[in-house]
Amino acid sequence: MNPILEVSGVSKSFGGVVANSDISLIVPVGKIIGLIGPNGSGKTSLFNSIVGYHPIDRGSIKFDGAEISKLRVPEIARMGLLRTFQQTRIYGKMSCMENMETSVPHVHEGLLTMFTRFPAEVAEKAEGLLEFVGLYVKRHLRAGELSFGQQKLLEFAMALMNQPRMLLLDEPTAGINPTLINSLIDRLKRANSEIGITLFVIEHNMRVIMDLAEHIYCLAHGELLANGAPEEIRNNQRVIDAYLGAN
Amino acid sequence: MTDNIRSALPYLLIGSAGLAAPIIAPNFQIQLAMLWMMIILALTWDIAGGQMGYNSFGNILFFGIGCYVTAVMQRELFFDIAEYANVTGKVVTLTSYQYFTGFSLGLALSVLIAVAVGVVLGSGILGLRGHYFAICTLGVGVAAGELASGWEFVGAGSGMLAPIYPGEANEQGLFYYYTFFVLAVLCFFTLKRLYSSRFGLAINAIRDDEDKAEAMGIHTTRYKTVAWCISGFFLALAGGMFGHLNNFIDREVAFPSSTFGVWMVLMAILGGKGTIWGPVLGATVFHVTQELFWTYLFGWQRVALGVLIVVIVVFFPQGIMGWLRERWPEKFGETVDTDASTA
Amino acid sequence: MLSNLALLYEAPILSVQLIIDGILIGAILALAAYGMALVWGVMNIINIAQGEFVMLGGYVTFFLTAAGVNPLLTIPVAAAALFILGWALYRLVVFRVVDKDMFISILATFGISIILQQLANELFGADIRTAESGLRTLLFADGMVTVTQVKIVGFVGALVLGAGLFLFLKKSRLGQSMRATAQNARAARIMGINTDRVYATTFALNAAICGVAGSLVVMTWLIHPYLGLAYTLRSFMIVIVAGLGNLAGVVFAGTGLGIVENFAGFLLGTEYQAAFVFSLLVVILLVRNFRLTKKRRYLK
Repeated sequence: MNPILEVSGVSKSFGGVVANSDISLIVPVGKIIGLIGPNGSGKTSLFNSIVGYHPIDRGSIKFDGAEISKLRVPEIARMGLLRTFQQTRIYGKMSCMENMETSVPHVHEGLLTMFTRFPAEVAEKAEGLLEFVGLYVKRHLRAGELSFGQQKLLEFAMALMNQPRMLLLDEPTAGINPTLINSLIDRLKRANSEIGITLFVIEHNMRVIMDLAEHIYCLAHGELLANGAPEEIRNNQRVIDAYLGAN
Repeated sequence: MTDNIRSALPYLLIGSAGLAAPIIAPNFQIQLAMLWMMIILALTWDIAGGQMGYNSFGNILFFGIGCYVTAVMQRELFFDIAEYANVTGKVVTLTSYQYFTGFSLGLALSVLIAVAVGVVLGSGILGLRGHYFAICTLGVGVAAGELASGWEFVGAGSGMLAPIYPGEANEQGLFYYYTFFVLAVLCFFTLKRLYSSRFGLAINAIRDDEDKAEAMGIHTTRYKTVAWCISGFFLALAGGMFGHLNNFIDREVAFPSSTFGVWMVLMAILGGKGTIWGPVLGATVFHVTQELFWTYLFGWQRVALGVLIVVIVVFFPQGIMGWLRERWPEKFGETVDTDASTA
Repeated sequence: MLSNLALLYEAPILSVQLIIDGILIGAILALAAYGMALVWGVMNIINIAQGEFVMLGGYVTFFLTAAGVNPLLTIPVAAAALFILGWALYRLVVFRVVDKDMFISILATFGISIILQQLANELFGADIRTAESGLRTLLFADGMVTVTQVKIVGFVGALVLGAGLFLFLKKSRLGQSMRATAQNARAARIMGINTDRVYATTFALNAAICGVAGSLVVMTWLIHPYLGLAYTLRSFMIVIVAGLGNLAGVVFAGTGLGIVENFAGFLLGTEYQAAFVFSLLVVILLVRNFRLTKKRRYLK
């Protein structure tokens, strides 16, 4: 299986605090891979490093075989590697439809095309995706006025609109009503199986990640603690200790 | 059919009022011309300001470039530097052909220089965010004024004259009224078109969350530069016209940071920033108020304007359009679609 | 400019004069900058009217000395007058924008600066004013270097006031409340600190500091209604270079700016000195930001 993402020996410190220490992992194309670990273990930092939010101190990150550790966020995004944010970020003063429309892929956007209107297909696709996440009726409301859970769904829909090859999801079920989590998991699986997007998911909800992921990496104190199939991780004593120790 | 007429109605009304105004009220030609200029100032500020979240206090830079470049072009095309004198010396008189050719070429060059400056300066300045951008642009605007007041080529502290209009005295007012009117209309419809295109949504996205916009692959640097340069384009034209209308140009006329420079921000906020009609409404209300202050409070009008600025900013920051949107969100299309079926 | 540069090279004593003058004026600039840093740190407001407070302090001293009051005695009067003005402005306007977007507070203080500037213009006229300090001029190095005593008084006074402020913030109850509020206003409120009172005091104190600076400026240099913006931008520059909460940095940066400005005025001519100062602000911001963007960050 070809890896779409290869992280090798990545280390990152902030001041004196080590966020990531010599992390190496592989995400095969088309799979759903999980990233777990207690709070402060460096999961979001790793995501930030991968998408170019900050430069790394050491190591290499390859997306589709190309080295991306020196590239900037917009360039990496245009290569098809997107991320969602833990605190959920959307464009608050714009309507849901506008949020979706401006999330089209920008890789071919040029000086001349930037002044054209969006073709009708864009609106149709946006409406389709909003329907997919259950936000169709709210599509004309300002995104900032949606509930937190609805904004999370919008963010997910926007990511799908951008036609990424791989999506890094930072705690996609956090703050979502438990009764709706199943439908979200279902949508994530469909995005992966029907559209073919590789998913790399940070999750705290063990039930969700065990259900979703085919392979799981566990971080603790900035280091890679363990990795394996969900069953192995669930029974891994060091993983259990790390979580209990963190509590 | 009636829908089209209804939506076109406000434009037709304003358009005809605009065309007829200087003829109906010839004594107010200059003030009316200034109204259109204020509308341009507010609209151009709002491109980078209200629509994109980059609140500039230095857009006056482009205005001043237009002022000076257009006048210098006039001067250089038809007169030797050595022959030219400042306010106390010889006055420049041109033929009709010379005047209008010089004027047009001057405007064209102003735009080129303004956009070039926007690109070069913008490459650094547009990397700043929030209040750092605001104060940096303030510094740029004020620095430009200081540089102009020291540069002999443009008359230094004494300023320079724009050529006398080749025609009757009242014709000048009429001519510039219509040039400002046309420019304002052009500006308005260009922006209206831009805001309904990809460009409009992208700059709104930058305003709402620039990091998110970058994370979604938007060419933020490109959009920011283009937005600022578009305002530079129209401001340079407005400046070129204003310098000629005023006949006299010095750093106070060209780079008035504490008047036009901050008024453009206020007008957009008063009307409702981030909307297409907001700056138009705000500019109209502000300009009328300012003219009233001038007439009735002369001497204290600047103080009164300062008070007005504080009042608007503190008590009415959402502006007219913002207030309307809060009262009647349905009229702005922000409703839940109850007719549609749920997923 | 090149001929002036050659002049400096040939006669180093000129540089000495410029440096001394720069240090002396720099202390006063540092004072105004420290006040701005206080308001910025505690209230998260960039006070665009900073320069106008300086200007008004200068006018207090000007009018009192013209009326025969001992110039040095006018300094505390200017401080008191500006303290009251600062308090009044806080109670009327500023308290409404403390918790708002910084852009709103910049605009509000810009409005205040315009009001004060135009009031000064209407009431006092646009003429340039100076005040006689009644102090002597000291001569050094065969009369090649002149130092007016008032500049030394200004320098010492600024340092003393700066030290006093530093101690006040560290040791006094109110000073500690200010520092707590600067760190986390909500936590400070929960701890029982009256943040509204802290804000009012901070703003008024800043105005008083500017008043003192203005007093010194009118005695060592000159004032007029429109010099406010230049001082505001100078203060901002110094704070940017030094960083918030760094008193030593503010002193060094202020001194540095004073020296650099003096050299610029000499080399480029006084008519370009202001242009230089404002351009320097732009350059500093761009350089600062550029270095941050290399780390994929930006000025916040």
